[in-house]
Amino acid sequence: MKRRIFLRRNAGIAGAYFILMIFAILMIFPFIWMLMSSFKDATQIFKMKLLPTSPTLDNYRYILFSESSKFPQWFLNSAIVATCTTISVLFFDSLLGYTLSKFRFPGKKAIFLLIISTLMIPTEMLVIPWYSMIRAMKWVNTYWAIMFPGMISAFGVYLMRQFMSTIPDDLIDAARVDGQGELRIFLTVVLPLVSPALATLAIFNFIGNWNSFLWPLIAASKPRMFTLPVGLANFSGEAGSDWHYIMTGATVAMLPLVIIFLIFQKQIVKGIAMTGLKG
Amino acid sequence: MKRIRSVILLIALLSVVAIAGAQTVTITYWQYFYESKVQLVDELIKNFEKANPGIKVEQVTFPYESFNQKVAASIPAGEGPDVITLFYGWLPMYVKAGYLQELPKSDFNKAYFDKTYYPFVAESVDFGGKYYSAPTAVRTLALIWNKKLFREAGLDPNVPPKTLDELAAYAKKLSKYDSQGNLIQAGLAMQPTGQGHSWIREVLFRQFGNVPYSADYRKVTYADAKGAAALKWYTDLITKDKVGYPNFATDDVTAFKAGKAAMNIDGSFRIATLNAVKDLEWGVAELPSYNGIKSNYASYWTHGIVDGVKGKQLDASIKFLKYITSPEVQELWLQKVGELPATPALSEKYKNDPVILPFLKGLASAKASLFIDEAGQRNVMVDAVDEVILKKVDPLQALKNAAAKEQKLIDDFWK
Amino acid sequence: MTLATRRSITAYSFLAIPLFFFICVRFGPMLYMMAMSFTNWGLMRKVTTFIGLENYKTVLSDPVFLQALGNTLRYAILGAPIVIVLSLCIALLLDTIPKGKGLFRLIYVLPYITPVVAVSWVWRWMYQPPPLGVINAILVAIGIPAGEFLNSTTQALPSILGVNVWVELGYCSTIFLAGLQTIPKELNEAARIDGAKGRQVLFKVTIPLLAPITFFLVVMEGIQFLRIFTQVYNMSMQAMGGPLNSTKSAALYIYQKAFTNFEMAQAGSASIILFVIIMAVTLFQMKFLDRKVNY
Repeated sequence: MKRRIFLRRNAGIAGAYFILMIFAILMIFPFIWMLMSSFKDATQIFKMKLLPTSPTLDNYRYILFSESSKFPQWFLNSAIVATCTTISVLFFDSLLGYTLSKFRFPGKKAIFLLIISTLMIPTEMLVIPWYSMIRAMKWVNTYWAIMFPGMISAFGVYLMRQFMSTIPDDLIDAARVDGQGELRIFLTVVLPLVSPALATLAIFNFIGNWNSFLWPLIAASKPRMFTLPVGLANFSGEAGSDWHYIMTGATVAMLPLVIIFLIFQKQIVKGIAMTGLKG
Repeated sequence: MKRIRSVILLIALLSVVAIAGAQTVTITYWQYFYESKVQLVDELIKNFEKANPGIKVEQVTFPYESFNQKVAASIPAGEGPDVITLFYGWLPMYVKAGYLQELPKSDFNKAYFDKTYYPFVAESVDFGGKYYSAPTAVRTLALIWNKKLFREAGLDPNVPPKTLDELAAYAKKLSKYDSQGNLIQAGLAMQPTGQGHSWIREVLFRQFGNVPYSADYRKVTYADAKGAAALKWYTDLITKDKVGYPNFATDDVTAFKAGKAAMNIDGSFRIATLNAVKDLEWGVAELPSYNGIKSNYASYWTHGIVDGVKGKQLDASIKFLKYITSPEVQELWLQKVGELPATPALSEKYKNDPVILPFLKGLASAKASLFIDEAGQRNVMVDAVDEVILKKVDPLQALKNAAAKEQKLIDDFWK
Repeated sequence: MTLATRRSITAYSFLAIPLFFFICVRFGPMLYMMAMSFTNWGLMRKVTTFIGLENYKTVLSDPVFLQALGNTLRYAILGAPIVIVLSLCIALLLDTIPKGKGLFRLIYVLPYITPVVAVSWVWRWMYQPPPLGVINAILVAIGIPAGEFLNSTTQALPSILGVNVWVELGYCSTIFLAGLQTIPKELNEAARIDGAKGRQVLFKVTIPLLAPITFFLVVMEGIQFLRIFTQVYNMSMQAMGGPLNSTKSAALYIYQKAFTNFEMAQAGSASIILFVIIMAVTLFQMKFLDRKVNY
C-alpha cells in the first residue's frame, strides 16, 4: 500500500516536472532562437538550423559601432529617460506615501482616492492631449517630453503608502522632538526604513519605463530621440527587413533588463508576488 | 593723420562686414531622411552658397513615417521651413491645408512646366492653373529579375519576360515548393503593400482596357468587368498558380534581396539597395506589356516654398528652388541618388545605360496617380487583393468595395 | 497655530507638487479630451468648431472601429481566461515539486520583464511562413501543415493573443504561487482527514481560497488585453492591424486616427468609448466576481 502511494506520488511529481519542463522550453526557446539569429549573417539567417554554421559578430559590430547605426543613441536615450523617471518616482512616490499614511489632515482620504483613481484613466486617451501639450510648450523631441508622464506613479504611491504605514510612529515623533525639520525626517529617518520597498519600486519602475512604447513613439519624431523600443520598431522599413540586424537589435535591447533581472531576481519575484497579494 | 586714416579704414571695413552680415539671409530646407539624398543636398548647398554669398541654407531631415506629422505640427505654428521637399502624392493635402505658396508666375507657369517636364509631372503639379512646386527627379517601375535563379530554372538569364503571359509562364517555372507544397521560392513577388498596388492601379487596369480614374483623379472608375479581369489576373497568380503571395519572406524587397523571389516589380529607387547586396546577380527590364499596351506608374518628390515666406527669405528660397531644379542638379541627382531627371531632354541622354534604360522607357507611358491620402488609398487596394485571396470575394465585388471606400476618401477630401 | 494645523500645512506642502502633477498630467488632459471630443479638432484644420455628438456618430458607424472593438473584446474574452487557467495550473504544479521552483519561476518570468517590442519582433520572425519561420519549419518536419499565422484573417488575432498570453504567464503564475504558499497546510490536511480526495481538495478548498488573487488577476489581465497595442503594432504589416483589420485593436485605431489621419477629436471620442468599456467591464467584474473568502 505504502509503495503504491509512493509510486503514485512520484509519478505525479515526475509528471509535474515534465509539464513544467515543456512550458520552460516554450518560454525560453524564442530567446534562444533570437540569440542564435544574432550571430548569423544575411544568408545564414534564412537557414533553418538552430546554430549558425559560421557565427559572426558582424551584426553586433554594425548595431553597436557603425556610423549609420543609431542604436547606441537609442540605448542612451532609454537609459536617461528610465533613470530620471525612476529617481523622480522614488522621491515623490515615497513622499506621497509617507504624507498619506503618517499625517492627519482634512481631505486625506479624498486625495488618496483621487490619486488612485488616476490608475483607471487609460493612457490611450491621454496621449492626444499630451501631444498637444508638448507641441504648445515646444517640448517635442526633448527628453522632458518623453519623461514627463512617468515622473510620478500612482501605483507606486499605493505601494509606498502600504509600506510606510508599517513604520512605528514613535521613531518619527522622537525625531520631531529632537527638533528635526519634516523634510529631513523624511529623508534621513523614514526613507532608510523602507529601503527594500524603494529598491523594488526602483527596479519595477525602471523596467516598466524602459519597455514603454506608445508614448515614446508619439513624443519623438526625430530618429535621434527615439528610445530603444521605438528605434527597434522602426528598424524594418522601406528597404525590407534585415532580420539578422533586427534580432541583434532585440538582443541588445533586452540585455540590460536580463542583467538587472538576474542580479535582482529575488526582489523582482517578491515584488510581483507582493502586487498580487496586497492588491 | 595716419591714425585718423587707419580709424577711417577700420570703420569702413567694419561697416562693410556689418552690411554684408546684415544681408546674410538664412533659409531652412526640409526633406525626408534618405541617406544618398541628404548627402547630395549637403554638397549642393555648399555649391549654392558659394555662388550666392549672402545666402545660407540649413538642411533638416525627418523620417518618412513622421514627416507629415512634423509638417502638420510646425507649419501652422509658423515654425516650418522656407523650402520643403514633399512626395508628390501629398501635394493635394498640402495645397488644401495651405502649407505652400504659389510659385512666381513669371517663371513657373504652364508654358514653363509643359516645356521643361514630362507630361505626367506637368499634369500632377497643376492645381487649376496654379503651381506650387517643381521636382528634380522622377522614378518609375520596372521588372527586376534574379539571373542566377533564371539559370537554375533553365531560363536564359539575359532574356526577361516581355509580356504578361510570358511573365506568368516564367513565374511558374521559377517557383519552388517544399515537400508539403509550401512555397519556398517565389517566381514573382506579389506585394501590394510595396509597389504592387501601383502596378495594379496604373498599369494592369489600363493594360486590360480599363481607365482607373477620371483625368482629374476625382472619380474612381476601376470597378468594371475589365478592371476585375486585371485584378483576377493578379490574384490568380497568388491563388491558382501560387507563384507568390503577400508577405512571403516578410516582403518583396527582403525576398528579392535574399534570393527567395526570382522576379519583382519595383521602382528605380531600389537600385542602390540592391547594389549593396553581395552576390546578387540581377537585371532590370521594362514592365511587361499586354495586348500591345504599355503603361507605367511614375512618382517623384517635389520642392515647394512654404506659405508665409516673404521678403528676402522668399527671394533666397526662389533662388534655391531654381538651383535644385536646374539641369546640372538633375544630372547630379541621377549619379548620386539613382532617380531620373524630370526633364525629358536630360533623361534621354542616358538611354545607353542598361540599368537606366528600362526605367527611362517606362517614363514615356507613365502616369502619376493624384493621391489625396496615399496611405489610405494604398490600403484600399491592399484590402481588395486580401479580400479576393483571403476571403474568396469575387474580384468585381472586391473592386466595387474598394471603389466605394476610395471614392469616399476622395469626396471627403475635396468637399 | 496648533500642532495639528502645522502638521496639516506640512502635509499640504509635501502634496503640492505631486497634486499639481496629477492634475496637469492625468485629470486635466482627461477633461480636456472629453471636452474636445465634441469639436472637430484636427491637426489639418485651422479652425476648430463645436460639433456636438458628430464624432461619436462617425466613429460608431465606422465599420473599422466596430471591427476593432470586436477584436479588442475577443482579445480580452479569450486572453484573460486562458492566461489565468494556464498560470493557475503552472502554479499548482510548481507547488508540488520539491526542488527547482525558483529556477522554473525565473524562466517563466523572463518574457514578462523584456521589452514587448523586442519579443513581438522575435515572434513575428518565428511566425513567418516557410521557408523563413522556425515554427513552421518544426511543424513541417513533424508532418503538420504549415500555418499562415500572421497572414491569415482567422489565425492572426489568436497568434498575437498567444504572444501576449506567453508574456503574462510568468507574472500570473508567480502571483498564484505566492498565494498558494500562503494557504496554511493544515487546511489541506483537515480536508483530507475529512475524507476529501485530491481533486475535491483542489476545487473545494484551494481554488476558493485563491479567489481574491484570481479576482485581482482577472481584473488586471482583462484591462491589459483590452488595451493591447504594442504587439499589434509590431506584428502586423505596416502596423495596420491587418490583414483586413482582423487584428486591429481599439488602441491601434485610436493611434491611427490621431497620428496618421490627424483627426484628434475623432480619435478622442474613440478613446473615451474605450475608456467607458474598460470601466464598465471592471465595475462589472467587481460587482459580480468579488467574493470575500474567510476561513
